[in-house]
Amino acid sequence: MLFFAFSFLLSAFRANIFITMSVKNKRLDLSYSQMKWETIFKRILIVMSVVMLLLVIGTLATLIVKSMPTIKSLGIGYLWGKIWDPVNNVYGARPFLIGTLLTSFTAIIISTPFSYAVAIYLGEYNTKGWLSNLLKNTVELIAAVPSIIYGFWAFFVLVPVVRTFEAKIGVAPYGVGVFSASLVLAVMVIPYAASLGTSLIRMVPSPLKEGAYALGATRFEVIRSVILPFTRSGLFAGILLSLGRALGETMAVTILIGNTSAIGNTFKDVFFGPGNTMASVIANEFSEADHDLYYSALIELGLVLFFVTVIINLIGKKIITKYTNK
Amino acid sequence: MKVVKSLQIAIVAIAASCLALSASAQDNTLLGAGSTFVNPLFSKIFADYAAKTNVKVNYQSIGSGGGILQLTNKTVDFGGSDAPLNAEQAKKIGVPVLHVPMASGAVVITYNIPGVTAALNLTGKDIADIYLGKITKWNSPEIAATNKGVKLPDLGIVVVHRSDGSGTSYIFTDYLTKVNADWASKVGKATAVNWPAGLGGKGNDGVSGLVKQTPGAIGYVELIYALQNKMGFANIQNKSGKYITPSLESTTTASNVELPPNAEVSLTNTDAPKGYPISSFTWALIYKEQNYGDRSAARAKMLLQLLWYNIHDGQKNCVPLNYAPLSKSAVKVAEAILKSATYNGKAIL
Repeated sequence: MLFFAFSFLLSAFRANIFITMSVKNKRLDLSYSQMKWETIFKRILIVMSVVMLLLVIGTLATLIVKSMPTIKSLGIGYLWGKIWDPVNNVYGARPFLIGTLLTSFTAIIISTPFSYAVAIYLGEYNTKGWLSNLLKNTVELIAAVPSIIYGFWAFFVLVPVVRTFEAKIGVAPYGVGVFSASLVLAVMVIPYAASLGTSLIRMVPSPLKEGAYALGATRFEVIRSVILPFTRSGLFAGILLSLGRALGETMAVTILIGNTSAIGNTFKDVFFGPGNTMASVIANEFSEADHDLYYSALIELGLVLFFVTVIINLIGKKIITKYTNK
Repeated sequence: MKVVKSLQIAIVAIAASCLALSASAQDNTLLGAGSTFVNPLFSKIFADYAAKTNVKVNYQSIGSGGGILQLTNKTVDFGGSDAPLNAEQAKKIGVPVLHVPMASGAVVITYNIPGVTAALNLTGKDIADIYLGKITKWNSPEIAATNKGVKLPDLGIVVVHRSDGSGTSYIFTDYLTKVNADWASKVGKATAVNWPAGLGGKGNDGVSGLVKQTPGAIGYVELIYALQNKMGFANIQNKSGKYITPSLESTTTASNVELPPNAEVSLTNTDAPKGYPISSFTWALIYKEQNYGDRSAARAKMLLQLLWYNIHDGQKNCVPLNYAPLSKSAVKVAEAILKSATYNGKAIL
């Protein structure tokens, strides 16, 4: 990359010498240098975008190559295998897939009403003023707090509360589990949808809203029939952003999820009992993976997580285009 | 034009500094990497050694697995590991590797039973059955039989294990494999296993946090951690039938047995009559033939002198930091191992 930039700049320098050696025309010189800058700028942008693309493709290629041993020996059964046994080299991703999807989607379901409420309030009801700024900054602060702090806070404060709750409803009172992890994830992903939603709702053109008010609509009717349809795709993109964050969250989840690959049988057991997610397993076991098959099983888990994220993003984008082309 | 020229200069400067920074390791600094368990001890020993001899040691505690990997890649002089090399790692290295015991550690069983403050007596077989999910209540007949006089409540046992791969799990599962045939066939021993029951906590602090918070929980942590955090733990029955309280003395006693000459031995379920059964060495790993890469004879000698210091004068740092020092027979075996290291076939020490 360095070599490419260096040689490109060298050729630009040589071009400049050639031009100044020809007929001196100040006006022509200025526009030549401007054009040269335009070209340099455009090329830098293209190079950086290509580097980004290469990074993603390179990551995918590395994941596939390094997980070849388990792909060859376990095949497609890896995706729904229930057992994760490093001693006998039997690996299966099903408990972790279920854990990841369950925690992420539960977090989204819990957090969406809150993020939409914050977005509508800050975008429509209270757009300026000290309370609005305070609320906006507090919501953004939620995103700024490191996730491990959420994990530890929840471990000492939330888990005992969930434990007494579980004792009341009659499941095993562990405290840690899918439910606690989902609650904390929900808190952590609120700011992503809320910030995006606030900006979009504030950008709804006033003539649209004033037209509705002029026709006698109430505030709620304006929000429901003018603002929300206008910002629908953007708000959904905010949800997708939150979902992407929730899928990949590692540290807070690994403290709260109970870290077991034996999942229960009834929905109640699965939801309130301990589980495990793909990111949490990789973070926990990667540094001490002492044989090749174990190592490549973990990398294949990373590959599965990568594909799950890509597929969910593609489905999300399809839903957005379907909405905006209605 | 000025911008283009300054960009060129900047690029040349970066390239030059990249070349300059790729200098090799300095001549009086030894490099080590590996076990986090032994890191506090090594930091103290190496600080004392640097003050005495002006030889610095740079030790990175990246975990036993990481240490073995760096030793395989020949980027460090020695690796620190809580478990000996397994067959696959030994095959990858290809040449003989010496395991030099540095200190001993132990794994204790801690529990949280409301109303019970006494130290329980537990047998290895019962612990394995608890972790297999076979014994599910604290007042079950097996536990009550070994704890006459202690009123055990009718409370479910919540099993807590390590969620991350760790040498502590290796020592614990190694012990369970030896004392319970069911565990050996169903689960086995490794740094990470398919735990049949229970919750996972990350690190010693994760396990102890879960145990402290959950009534009826049982978990395993390092002895050092339990001592420093003043946790209550159980007395475990050793091979001779006695219930041993975990302590630095009983851990050192566990290694006071006939040791094989290569010291790649597991101390769990030790034969020593007063030894604590869930103990283990932690080793420093070095290549037997020290002339690899472009190592000088002087560097090899520096390394061996450092390790010699570790097993003799360095041992006085163990007890203040809550590590169990090597027993007399362990020191003898370690000396013999260090003397077997060669440079171009000739002994160094």
